[in-house]
Amino acid sequence: MHELSLATSIVEAVTESAAAYPGAKVESVRLRLGALSDVVEDSLRFCWELTVEGTPLAGARLLVTKVPVVVHCARCAEDVELESVQSFRCPRCGEPASELKQGKELEIESIEIDDHCVEQTSEE
Amino acid sequence: MTTRIVELRRGILKKNDELAAGLRQRYTAAGVLVLNLVSSPGTGKTAFLERTLRELKAGGARAAALVGDLETDNDARRLAASGAPVRQINTHGICHLDAEMIGKHLDGWEGVELGGLDYLFIENVGNLVCPSSYDLGEKIRVALLSVTEGEDKPLKYPTLFNSADAAVITKIDIAEPCGFDRDLALKNINEIRPGIRIFETSSKTGAGMADWLGYLAEERAKKIEV
Repeated sequence: MHELSLATSIVEAVTESAAAYPGAKVESVRLRLGALSDVVEDSLRFCWELTVEGTPLAGARLLVTKVPVVVHCARCAEDVELESVQSFRCPRCGEPASELKQGKELEIESIEIDDHCVEQTSEE
Repeated sequence: MTTRIVELRRGILKKNDELAAGLRQRYTAAGVLVLNLVSSPGTGKTAFLERTLRELKAGGARAAALVGDLETDNDARRLAASGAPVRQINTHGICHLDAEMIGKHLDGWEGVELGGLDYLFIENVGNLVCPSSYDLGEKIRVALLSVTEGEDKPLKYPTLFNSADAAVITKIDIAEPCGFDRDLALKNINEIRPGIRIFETSSKTGAGMADWLGYLAEERAKKIEV
């Protein structure tokens, strides 16, 4: 869903962040995508390739960390991972779990830059 | 080649999230309860909202609505018949409303000040997929499904139903001829969003509207406390 506009957003954000390291090349971009983010990874990769073509980000790889849904089970008193998004119940005790701890992520976790022989001009 | 990792931890929909946070602050400052109504096309959002606006007006509450569609102002016209201020948002192809559109349509809305409202309803574009990711700054997200759509709707669209604060089953006056399995629908909604408040209504007959209006009043009262 909206993978093209997501790719464009990612390019904008990465370009903005990479500006702090002039001359450095972005080798890869790592995303965190939650199971409930509804992003189709293949589409996103395809749109990414299209969007970065002819830009300084051309060739940068898109790496994806898939984030499972984690809920807090009040009965077990701990956070547990859901096996599927068809049932929001603790897989151990079966208690319905409405507190979502993780799973909706749609974020850029980090970028990998090659700044060999390039001085950075900003603090980390 | 030496490379290093620079942490960004930045939301991809950051722009919308920031605008939505701004709207949320604006709504709170104005003391208006804002609801985002989401459903498939044809569920009966407009009829439900029209009935809601009429009943709120009759009860002395001040409500307004923003309604999103790709094209036409048909829904805004229908809703305006309730006597409430209504403004149409035409997205011309975009399949969801976003915070920027809401902000733009709140500005310059003739005769409407957020501070003069008890409730603002936002009727989203008919779509159970894309609206789930776009925060409009709302306090309550309402997912609607009708008795004609199948009891497994929540299972088919878990992201949207899991993100909802309340659910409404519409068109209950025709549940029987549709062979609607009420228990199964309620079970499925709870499977995806345990403990969610569920309302069952008919905009035609008025069934279930009293409960729904009671909930709105409850939620509005909470807002004032905060």
